[in-house]
Amino acid sequence: MKHIAIGILGAAALGLVASAASAATLDDVKAKGFIQCGVSTGLAGFSAPDDKGDWQGIDADFCRAVAAAVFGDGTKVKFTPLSAKERFTALQSGEIDILSRNTTWTINRDTALGLNFVGVTYYDGQGFMINAKKLPGVNSALQLSGAAVCVQSGTTTELNLADYFKANKMEYNPVVFEKLDEVNAAYDAGRCDVYTTDQSGLYGIRLTLGAPADHVVLPEIISKEPLGPAVRQGDDQWYHIVKWTYFAMLQAEELGITQANVEEMKNSDSPEIKRVLGQEADTKIGTDLGVSNDWVVNIVKAVGNYGEMFERNVGSGSPLKIARGINALWTKGGLQYAPPIR
Amino acid sequence: MQEHDLSFVRVEMALAQSAPPSERGLGAWIRKNLIASAGDTILTIIGIVLVAMILPQLISWAFINAQWIGTDRTFCATVAQGGIQPDGWSGACWAFVNAKFGQFMFGRYPIDERWRPILVAILFVALLVPLLIPKVPRKGLNAILFFGALPVFAFILLVGGVFGLPHVETSLWGGLLVTLSLSFVGIAVSLPLGIVLALGRRSKMPIVKMLCVIFIETVRGIPLITVLFMASVMLPLFLPAGVSFDKFLRALIGVSLFAAAYMAEVVRGGLQAIPKGQYEGADSLGLGYWQKMGLIVLPQALKLVIPGIVNTFIGMFKDTSLVSIISMFDLLGVVKQNFSDANWATPQTARSGLVFAAFVFWLFCFGMSRYSMFTERRLDTSYKR
Repeated sequence: MKHIAIGILGAAALGLVASAASAATLDDVKAKGFIQCGVSTGLAGFSAPDDKGDWQGIDADFCRAVAAAVFGDGTKVKFTPLSAKERFTALQSGEIDILSRNTTWTINRDTALGLNFVGVTYYDGQGFMINAKKLPGVNSALQLSGAAVCVQSGTTTELNLADYFKANKMEYNPVVFEKLDEVNAAYDAGRCDVYTTDQSGLYGIRLTLGAPADHVVLPEIISKEPLGPAVRQGDDQWYHIVKWTYFAMLQAEELGITQANVEEMKNSDSPEIKRVLGQEADTKIGTDLGVSNDWVVNIVKAVGNYGEMFERNVGSGSPLKIARGINALWTKGGLQYAPPIR
Repeated sequence: MQEHDLSFVRVEMALAQSAPPSERGLGAWIRKNLIASAGDTILTIIGIVLVAMILPQLISWAFINAQWIGTDRTFCATVAQGGIQPDGWSGACWAFVNAKFGQFMFGRYPIDERWRPILVAILFVALLVPLLIPKVPRKGLNAILFFGALPVFAFILLVGGVFGLPHVETSLWGGLLVTLSLSFVGIAVSLPLGIVLALGRRSKMPIVKMLCVIFIETVRGIPLITVLFMASVMLPLFLPAGVSFDKFLRALIGVSLFAAAYMAEVVRGGLQAIPKGQYEGADSLGLGYWQKMGLIVLPQALKLVIPGIVNTFIGMFKDTSLVSIISMFDLLGVVKQNFSDANWATPQTARSGLVFAAFVFWLFCFGMSRYSMFTERRLDTSYKR
C-alpha cells in the first residue's frame, strides 16, 4: 500500500519533472515541440471544452495561431486550465508559455506582476442585460433609473455599477448574490429587471435563460475590460512572436486573406499581400522574427484571420451571436488595428 | 415409558395459531406504522402529500419528458430558446450527459488511449469483487494482487511512456478516473498510515509520540482546501525555478496525508475502547509489541471502528471534488466545466449534469456504506445490544 506512493514518487522524480524555464522561451518551446498555453477553466466562447474534450474559443485559438507561427502546425499546443488565482503564478513559474485566459490588461499586471500583455484580442466591458417584458421600451442604460439590478457581490462589477448610477444621478436597487449561479437563477426567476456583468458573459448567460427572446443586451459599456494574452517579461523575442501573431491575424482580415483563399492569395498581384504572406523575393520578415517566412500563411491556414476566429467562436457562427461592435477592424469603426507588416 | 403421575403435564406442543386478524396483513401494518397515534397520522399525511407533490414532477422531468439523444443545444431547448422542443417543455437533457459521457469518465484523456483506463477499471473490478466476497478462497494472493500488483500495473498503463505506450500527462486526466484514483490511493495509503500514527500517538516513546501528535494536530487543524492550494500555488514558488512536481501527484499526497490524520484519530478511538485486561493478557502470554497489537488489540479495535473508518472513506471520496479549485477536474469539476460549452447552453443543461454527478457519487457512497454494514454484521461477535 505504501509502496504505491513510493513508486509514484520515484516515477515522478524520473519522468514528470518539467524542464526549466529560461529566458529563451522560443528555444524551450522548439525543444519540447509544443506550446504550453494557459486557458480558463471554462468560459463560453473563449476557452471551453467541446464534446471531444478539445478546447475551443478565442483564447484557445489564439494559442493555436502562435503554434502555427512557430511550428507551422496549429495542433502543437497543450492547454493548462487555470483558475483566476493560479494564472499569474503559472506564467511566472514557467509552467506555461502563454497566458491566454480572458485576462484584463491593467498597469499593475503589466508592471508589478511581471507580465507583458501583447495586445487586446477582445475588447470587453461591463454591460447590462434587461428583461424587456418588465422594462418595455428601454433601449439605453440611461433609462434604467429605479430598476432592480442583479449583480455578483465583491467584484469590480459591483463597484462599477455603483459609480455609473451615481455619475448619471440615477437610483437603483442592487440585488446582490455571492455566486454567479445564484445571480443567474435570481435573474431568470424575475427577481430583478437588469443583470450586469462583462458583456461577453451576458450573451452566454442569455442562452441558459428560460425565454432568451425576452432579454436584450443594452449597447452601453460602463467599464474597460481589454482582454488579451500575456507572456513573461524579459524575453523580447517570444513577446514579439506572440504580439505579431495577433497583428498578423488582424492584417490578414484587413487584406481579405481567409482560411479558404490563402493559397490563391499567395499569387496575388498586390505587393502588400505578397509581403505579408512571405512571397516577396528574399524576404526576411519571418526569419527576423524567429519563425519561418510563411508564418502568416500557417496562421491563417490553422485558425483563419481574426474575423473568422471571432465569428466562429463568439459571433454569428456560434450560439453566442455576439456582434463585432468595437472589436471590428479600425476600417469598419472598431478598435482592432495592426501596425504594418513590412 | 411415561410417568403417569405427571399426566397433568402436557406432552405434545400446542399447535401454533396464526396471529389475530387485527394484527395481520396490510391493514395491521398500516395501523401500526402509519396511523398509530394522532402525531403519526399527521406525519404520514404530510409525507404522502410531499411525495405526491414531488415524485410525479421528478419522474416526468427525469424520464418522461427527458431528451435522451441529440448533438447540440437545440435538442434541449424550447422553440423560444432557439431549439426544437415545444414551449413550456421541461425535461432532463440526458443528451448532454450522453455527448459528454467520455469526458465525464476520463476527462481529456486522449480518445485513442481510453482503452487503458477501461482495462484498468475491468481489472480493478475483477480483483475487487472476489476480495469483497468472503466465500471466495485465496484472499492472501488476491490482496497482494489488488494492493501490490494492480497499482503498479495501473500506474504504468495510465501514465504510459514505456513499452511503446504513448505518455499521457496527468493534466489530461479527469472525471471519474481522477475521482477514483484519488480515492483509491487515499484509502490504500491512509488506513495503514493512520494505524501507524494512532499507535505512535499511544506509544510510550516520547519523540515518536510527539511527532505523531504534531502531524495529526497540524493536519487536522488545516482545511483540505488550504492543503491543496498550498501544494498547487505555493509549492512551485519554493522549488527551484522551472522544477515542478506533477500536480496530480501533489494532490494525491495531500489527500492521502490529510485522510491519514483523520484515520489515526478514528483508530485511536478503537484502541482506547479495548480494556486494559486485553493488553495485560497479551503481555502475560509473552507476546512482543507487534504481536500483541497485530494479534490481540488491532483486530478488536478495528472491528469496533468500522463505521468510523468507512465514514472517513466516504468523506474522502466526496472531498476529492475539492481538487477542482486547483484546476484538476474530478467528476463534478468536469461536469461543471462543460456547462461553459456554448453548444450545450440551455436552462436544462446544468440541472441534468448535476443530477448525473450526484447519482454517480451516490452510487459509490451507498455501495461503500452497504458493504461496511455487511462487514460489521459478519464480524459481529457479541457486543451487539
